[in-house]
Amino acid sequence: MIPAPFEYLRAGSAEEAISLLAEHGDDAKVLAGGHSLLPLMKLRLATPGVLIDIGELRELSYIRDGGDHVAIGALTCHRDLERSELLQHEVPLLSFTAHLVGDPQVRNRGTIGGSLAHADPASDLPAAVLGLGGTLVVTGREGSRHLAADKFFTGFLESALAPDELLTEIRVPKTGDAGWSYQKFNRRAQDWAIVAVAAVTGPQPRVALVNMGPTPMRAAATEAALVSGASAAEAAELAADGTEPPTDINATPDYREHLARVLTRRALAEAGVA
Amino acid sequence: MSILGNSVVRREDPALLRGEGTFIDGMEIEGALHATFVRSTIAHARISSIEVRQALELDGVVDVVTAADIDLPDLSPESPIMNAAMGRPLLARDTVRFVGEPVAVVLTEERYHGPDAAELVIVDYEPLAPVVDPLSALAADAPLLFPAAGSNVGMEIDARSMQADFSGCDVVVRKRIRNQRVAPAPIEPRVAAAWWEGEGEQSRLVLYLACQGVHPIQAKLMEVYGLPADRVRVVCPDVGGSFGAKAGTYPEWVLLGALSRRVGRPVRWTETRTENLTAMGHGRGQVQDITIGGTRDGRVTAYRLEVVQDAGAYPAIGALLPWMTRSMVTGVYDIPNAEFSARSVVTNTTPVVAYRGAGRPEAAAAIERAMDLFATEIGMDPAEVRRRNFIPADAFPYTNAAGTTYDCGAYEKALDLALEAAGYEELRAEQERRRQAGDTRALGIGLATYVEITAFGGGGEFGSCELRPDGSVLVKTGSNPYGQGHHTVWSQLVSARLGIPMEKIEVVHGDTDLIPSSSITGGSRSVQLAGTAVWDAAGRLVDLARQRAADHLEAAIEDIVFDQSLGRFYVAGTPAVDVTWAELGAAADGTGNPLVGLANFSAPGATFPFGAHVAVVEVDTETGSVELSRLIAVDDAGTILNPLLAEGQVHGGLAQGAAQALLEEVRYDADGNPLTSNFADYGVISACELPMFERIPMETPTPVNPLGAKGIGESGTIGATPAVQNAVIDAVAHLGVDHIDPPLTPERVWRALQARSTDPPSP
Ligand SMILES: Cc1cc2nc3c(=O)[nH]c(=O)nc-3n(C[C@H](O)[C@H](O)[C@H](O)COP(=O)(O)OP(=O)(O)OC[C@H]3O[C@@H](n4cnc5c(N)ncnc54)[C@H](O)[C@@H]3O)c2cc1C
Repeated sequence: MIPAPFEYLRAGSAEEAISLLAEHGDDAKVLAGGHSLLPLMKLRLATPGVLIDIGELRELSYIRDGGDHVAIGALTCHRDLERSELLQHEVPLLSFTAHLVGDPQVRNRGTIGGSLAHADPASDLPAAVLGLGGTLVVTGREGSRHLAADKFFTGFLESALAPDELLTEIRVPKTGDAGWSYQKFNRRAQDWAIVAVAAVTGPQPRVALVNMGPTPMRAAATEAALVSGASAAEAAELAADGTEPPTDINATPDYREHLARVLTRRALAEAGVA
Repeated sequence: MSILGNSVVRREDPALLRGEGTFIDGMEIEGALHATFVRSTIAHARISSIEVRQALELDGVVDVVTAADIDLPDLSPESPIMNAAMGRPLLARDTVRFVGEPVAVVLTEERYHGPDAAELVIVDYEPLAPVVDPLSALAADAPLLFPAAGSNVGMEIDARSMQADFSGCDVVVRKRIRNQRVAPAPIEPRVAAAWWEGEGEQSRLVLYLACQGVHPIQAKLMEVYGLPADRVRVVCPDVGGSFGAKAGTYPEWVLLGALSRRVGRPVRWTETRTENLTAMGHGRGQVQDITIGGTRDGRVTAYRLEVVQDAGAYPAIGALLPWMTRSMVTGVYDIPNAEFSARSVVTNTTPVVAYRGAGRPEAAAAIERAMDLFATEIGMDPAEVRRRNFIPADAFPYTNAAGTTYDCGAYEKALDLALEAAGYEELRAEQERRRQAGDTRALGIGLATYVEITAFGGGGEFGSCELRPDGSVLVKTGSNPYGQGHHTVWSQLVSARLGIPMEKIEVVHGDTDLIPSSSITGGSRSVQLAGTAVWDAAGRLVDLARQRAADHLEAAIEDIVFDQSLGRFYVAGTPAVDVTWAELGAAADGTGNPLVGLANFSAPGATFPFGAHVAVVEVDTETGSVELSRLIAVDDAGTILNPLLAEGQVHGGLAQGAAQALLEEVRYDADGNPLTSNFADYGVISACELPMFERIPMETPTPVNPLGAKGIGESGTIGATPAVQNAVIDAVAHLGVDHIDPPLTPERVWRALQARSTDPPSP
């Protein structure tokens, strides 16, 4: 409950954060809301030698209308996503999902950038952004690159971010009239999901799964079945295909597979898929 | 009107809410070093070497101490009925027996340096085969935790003294059920600080400790350190919760004095949450084999309970709890033909201690599950089966099969009140409607009618009331609160007896220098014993004051009238001439001889709070998830002195009871590694998972003490767990499920539904 010693640096700008990252290399970690990183450090499961605090970079906290999408600064906290009228109208799935993260303290501190960069398959926002078909803007010394959410999550707690890159913006397409649903299954209100399902309807329906493998993942078989005209119930039966759900204190893999099917069926029903 | 029986708000709260409480972790202690324990990372192993050099070299490290450096005896088992070969060294000497056991301790100038130094203490272990499950501890080829003990059994209650005969039963039902291990998880973890006052032969050990009672700890320190009482002082300021777990003696507490003596400086220690969840004692942990038999018309005529108690690595209070389970084995039912036996076994897990209810919730859970299993078997409504077996209200005092004599009770009335408030008939109708419709939100109704024992084990409590020169009163109590609100209720008692406003009453506790004797606050004993002692002390003060008033008013003592409502004394017939408490106090000050009423109270017997809980749940039969939608509780604890505080006790208990049924479980992997060592993994319940509690008042005063009060601290936990568990099983009973062990997690419920028999139970 007491972290290993570390050096603390505060970045005054995104550029400074990036150059500090480049300078300290693998030994450094960016500190945003701290609600994933600090618990790991306190348990000494993470022992970065240098913490680069980007928490004060106000310029990275925004929610803007980008025309066909909404652009969200990486340091926007969950609470702001939850309360944003723009998101509530244009990407309701995201503000709804943000509202289910942890408890109010967590939502006031945790950031969307931190949640995505942490790439925890049990977290809500990564799967939501994946289900929405979002794009991540990643900035390094050479400038920015844009990564589809589908390409961002590469492994358990691993992302396509290079050690000296900062996640700066998240772009989520407006969902317009599409149906949507986020089904979170947990034991206590403030807990991580045992399994959750994000669904967005449309000509290309998207279904994303929480805690069904090493990364947030799409229910590819379900999506394909829907495109080829299967009923929601039929498609939902395929939700666990190709997944590798973990065993942990809350659930075993076959129970998770069962939950994925039930929750997908419910998500599709709520999203209006017949 | 008396202040007693009113919802007086807690006097303790303003200071606590303003952050002005005295918690040991927040105390300034000049020159204190911080102790950090190096703990075993292996469940069972021999220690081949401990290398401390690197740790000693780290900046800010003052000392690193292992068992070899400590010249203190092992802690002997808590009771002579335990296996004497199972003593506990203060630091592991050659064997570690659970993950979290202290192996060494580092002393640092800065608290933050402690864990860094602890990481540098290199302990080499030779792993031994671990015993994790209590049943496997009994296997013929089980590894022995204490080879010298000859077995893993630390305490045994054989069945000879209590045997049941099932030969006349129409129906006999058997089931092995588990009452899982849970973590007490107080907000404040264990915390202590120690130093020595004075030099050499005159030096005195001072221990500040968050605990449940200072004198039992003082006695233990006297024993271990070989010191007389006047050379050991134990002080307990504010405590942030305990639930029974801070009642015993932990090696860490005992060691601080020796560490302080070594370095000649105060030593303080606050454990982390992970330490709290792995090294402070756990609660419950019984495997129960129940056998219940009776007639098809609903009369239970035979009952047997065989217990295997998981004692953890070193037998502590937990190893004794089967005695409490035994004393309440047949609960509220008249079943003279009952049997009980138990074995407490050691396992390579955290020691088990007392946890809210301590042995009685286990008894209630067993018999309440058994009653439901029996009801299902004969196809009778569980409420009706209970009714047919209650000890009748006119049968008190009643002695049960274990020889426990219950003071008074009205069990059927409690059940009636609870069922009426619940709307039992309508709930059953709604349940049936859903079943017929094949609704996947199944409704379940669970009952628990319970009786428990409080203020048991004999022993008394001290109380005193001293009139001070300004007319205020200083109250000393032996009973040591850790969140209950003693100061409020004791002030009410004294105010009611003396006619002095509560603001002029000061209560002190928890310091062996101030209080002559005390036991622990536990077993819901405080109001009945310590409260009565204070009540009697106030009465004694009135008697003494009456004499002084007689002197003052130059009248015979028989003629002195005490006007309690105004707090004054006068001579019969001339009420205009009086003497007040303040005047008496000031007069006494002149003589240097203050008025002090002293009392020790011990009751002629224990008391037996009882009640009925009804839980209503909705079970999602597709996912197994449970929503607790209602919890209706009738808890009769005799006369209630402060309904607000009583309600607070019940609410907390209901929450913890429901949590045991639905959420909480301390878990280990097959090698004895803890899996629930932080609050992300150990699921403490929150308000979001609980309904608004529905409480129905009922008060049946006990004849055992002058206040008519029984204990209320534990009843919530005792009734709620089986009520909620029974409700979940009731919800899925029509699908062929007759039992699920707690906690009834979604996966467990789902698995029970998967495994259900294809044939529904025969009606
Ligand atoms: C009690 C509790 C309950 C929670 N419950 C949930 C829940 O139900 N659902 C859920 O999804 N989450 C939950 N969380 C996690 C929470 O949402 C975290 O806040 C979030 O996952 C991480 O965001 P952060 O800003 O706190 O990141 P930090 O902890 O500061 O950082 C996390 C990781 O991301 C890196 N990082 C952060 N920002 C950037 C960036 N801009 N560029 C590159 N790297 C970056 C850091 O270096 C670090 O490795 C919970 C947390 C707690 C403490």
